[in-house]
Amino acid sequence: MSTYILRRFLQLIPVFLGATLLVYFLVFSLPGDPIVALFGDKPVNEAVAAKLRVQYHLDQPFWMQYLFYLQSIFTFDLGQDFSGRPIATVLGEVFPVTARLAIMALIFEGVFGIVFGLIAGLRKGKFFDATVLVASLIVIGIPIFVLGFLLQFTIGVQLGWAKPTVSSAATVQDLILPAIVLGLGSFAYVLRLTRTSVIENMNADYVRTATAKGLSRFRVVRVHILRNSLIPVITFLGADLGALMGGAIVTEGIFNIPGVGNRLYRAVLSGEGPTVVSIVTVLVLIYCLSNLLVDLLYAWLDPRIRYDN
Amino acid sequence: MSASVEIQEADDAVERPLLEIKDLAIGFTTSNGEVNAVRNAHLTIMPGETVAIVGESGSGKSTTALAAIGLLPGNGRVSAGQILFDGEDISGASEKRMIELRGNSIGMVPQDPMSNLNPVWKIGDQVRETLKANGLPSGPDDVAKVLSQAGLPDAASRAKQYPHEFSGGMRQRALIAIGLSCQPRLLIADEPTSALDVTVQRQILDHLDKMTTELGTAVLLITHDLGLAAERADQVVVMYRGQVVESGPSLELLQNPQHPYTQRLVASAPSLASRRIQAAKELGVETDDMLAPTETAVVKPSKADEILQIQNLKKVFKLRSGLGKSTDFTAVDDVSFSVKRGTTTAIVGESGSGKSTVAQMVLNLQRPTSGKIIFDGVDTSTLNSKELFAFRRRVQPIFQDPYGSLDPMYNIFRTIEEPLRTHKIGDKASREKKVRELLDQVALPQSTMQRYPNELSGGQRQRVAIARALALDPEVIICDEAVSALDVLVQAQVLNLLAELQSRLGLTYLFITHDLAVVRQIADHVCVMEQGKLVETGSTDDVFDAPQQDYTKALLNAIPGARLMLPPEVAVA
Repeated sequence: MSTYILRRFLQLIPVFLGATLLVYFLVFSLPGDPIVALFGDKPVNEAVAAKLRVQYHLDQPFWMQYLFYLQSIFTFDLGQDFSGRPIATVLGEVFPVTARLAIMALIFEGVFGIVFGLIAGLRKGKFFDATVLVASLIVIGIPIFVLGFLLQFTIGVQLGWAKPTVSSAATVQDLILPAIVLGLGSFAYVLRLTRTSVIENMNADYVRTATAKGLSRFRVVRVHILRNSLIPVITFLGADLGALMGGAIVTEGIFNIPGVGNRLYRAVLSGEGPTVVSIVTVLVLIYCLSNLLVDLLYAWLDPRIRYDN
Repeated sequence: MSASVEIQEADDAVERPLLEIKDLAIGFTTSNGEVNAVRNAHLTIMPGETVAIVGESGSGKSTTALAAIGLLPGNGRVSAGQILFDGEDISGASEKRMIELRGNSIGMVPQDPMSNLNPVWKIGDQVRETLKANGLPSGPDDVAKVLSQAGLPDAASRAKQYPHEFSGGMRQRALIAIGLSCQPRLLIADEPTSALDVTVQRQILDHLDKMTTELGTAVLLITHDLGLAAERADQVVVMYRGQVVESGPSLELLQNPQHPYTQRLVASAPSLASRRIQAAKELGVETDDMLAPTETAVVKPSKADEILQIQNLKKVFKLRSGLGKSTDFTAVDDVSFSVKRGTTTAIVGESGSGKSTVAQMVLNLQRPTSGKIIFDGVDTSTLNSKELFAFRRRVQPIFQDPYGSLDPMYNIFRTIEEPLRTHKIGDKASREKKVRELLDQVALPQSTMQRYPNELSGGQRQRVAIARALALDPEVIICDEAVSALDVLVQAQVLNLLAELQSRLGLTYLFITHDLAVVRQIADHVCVMEQGKLVETGSTDDVFDAPQQDYTKALLNAIPGARLMLPPEVAVA
């Protein structure tokens, strides 16, 4: 097992290099001059602009810019964003906020998706099942920004149950409503996945055998149906953690959350290459690590899967 | 209840039947309304007695048994009749009552050991929960005791393993252990060994017999194999299309079957039949010339040359073990034999014996590690892609699973026509004519052409597979377990068809099978394989009448019903 984990970590190196190169290239290819954009409506002061270009290596060709960037990473100095703050500090501010949001969303979609999916699967074709299925289709069908504004308006503004926007501290309480909005789409998927998986397992031979042993219905469901049904669901949830971190841009925009998505959006608009690449690279690493976690969880849940002999 | 009053037999007059099924009807709700899977079923099991229900798939035998333990699938229900367990009608019993009965009063050993153990729990856990649910002591020692009673060696450490670390036979022992762990009075054994190799099957059944006799457990045995039923059960109940058509003491029923269905079943039970299907011999191989079209007419079937020679064939698979390392696994080890034109050679062996690997290599689907396959004088490993294409035309396969080997999106015409189109034979009209001829040859109506595989039965699908194999007028057909998935009656029909086609078309068969009974019916020569090696070869009669190797003897001995003596006129149709 340890050699397997080591191998997976070594695989992160090419992923890291490839991701940074690709993202750097994309940012480099963006149309417009970021330095000119900095001046906004004011006339461009050529002397200042030239100085800034040298400072951010923008006068160099693409490869040189990329190598400068790599050098700064390996010296643990990510450089500064255009407002002059160290990028490392920026990352340290935004990632905890988004991580809190994503984990809350994950817990929401995991707990409710599995519980609702299990009940729907066990009562296949009954009223609860049909209702939940239709509701989940609606949730999947409506874009997240529509759902987001809708819930913000009804629950936040009209009913006043939650604050419609998030304070700069972004406490857990502040993030409940945004987390639900962020997790709703995946919640519907988890629910449907659990339901399908439960229905499949309910008809499995070993479940019939378990019943024939004289086990109570509760034990058959908990021990034989639920655990086996969770294997694909856990896989989905793990992969979804990365997607939630990166996919929070819309939700963070709606609720004005000072997180990764908000900062990334601004960095893309202003063409801040190093900031964009730094944020995206961390997201890529989180994605890789959460996938590794899923694979390890998978082996733990299903003893047939072994990575080393 | 007054059920006991009805018992007629003097010996058992004081005893009450343990299980009595009366006028049972079971309906399934489908989209087309209610379908009756079982009608007017009746059977009686006395305490300690073994009763077998025999029938083909879809006959309602499993459904009847599942009803007795309250495990009908969701859309099935008992619509009429009674199931009396020890005098109590349990056909409409509450789920709570059934949970009380299951395990300690009625146990079950299911059919397929591969799918009936939960793959994510240790074997020991799955035994322990059974003991616990029925209020028995469930410590590690109790679990180990239950497992070792079922004949599992090293039970204490085995209990810590997962199902995938067990072989099929060991899994079935674990399932028997679970079924009998709470010492039920009735054990329902639903095809308990049909997924196992024949020698393992014998051991398991012997052990099951011994345990149930010791515990005084009554057994309801469900099987499709009449020979097995007759050998193991006191009473046999024959079911056909949801109805009980005949029942009585096993030997009596076998020797003197009354109902036409039972008569056919006895006649075609492969384990009871004792002679090569005669069609080929009677018709004579010479008739071939009249029918053989252009390609095969060149080849004179009369000259009994060796069309296929296998020389020192060896196949080694590399198994990965750890980082960069690998161990060799020799699947086929130094196998040599030859096949004469127009004859049938069977390769027999248990799973893992390497027989299918031989077939794959002969079909040129896998490359041998060493050794030669010489087809009609040419070493098949030297063929270039064009020659290989021509080779494929002359050697065709029929595979085991008629459900998996036909493309569900192709209608039957397209399925049979495809090889003709691939090999650019004829135009549209002549190809259609050929497909019609082929359907005639395999005795399928022309209307089949427009149908799809899911609309056909297993036997019909296998006929389609045969027609497809015949489309290119091949000389050799490799049948890899071609009849194993079929019910006995259908199996007999398909074997007859193969024998008839052989005599008409001068075909050569290489028949891969685990079923010795089938070998006896179809083969001229037999090669017995064990763990990759050829242990015995010879003519079918020699091998069956005077087996030389212990392994062959064990195989022969393990055929269910082999030791039953039947009058010859019954055994041969």
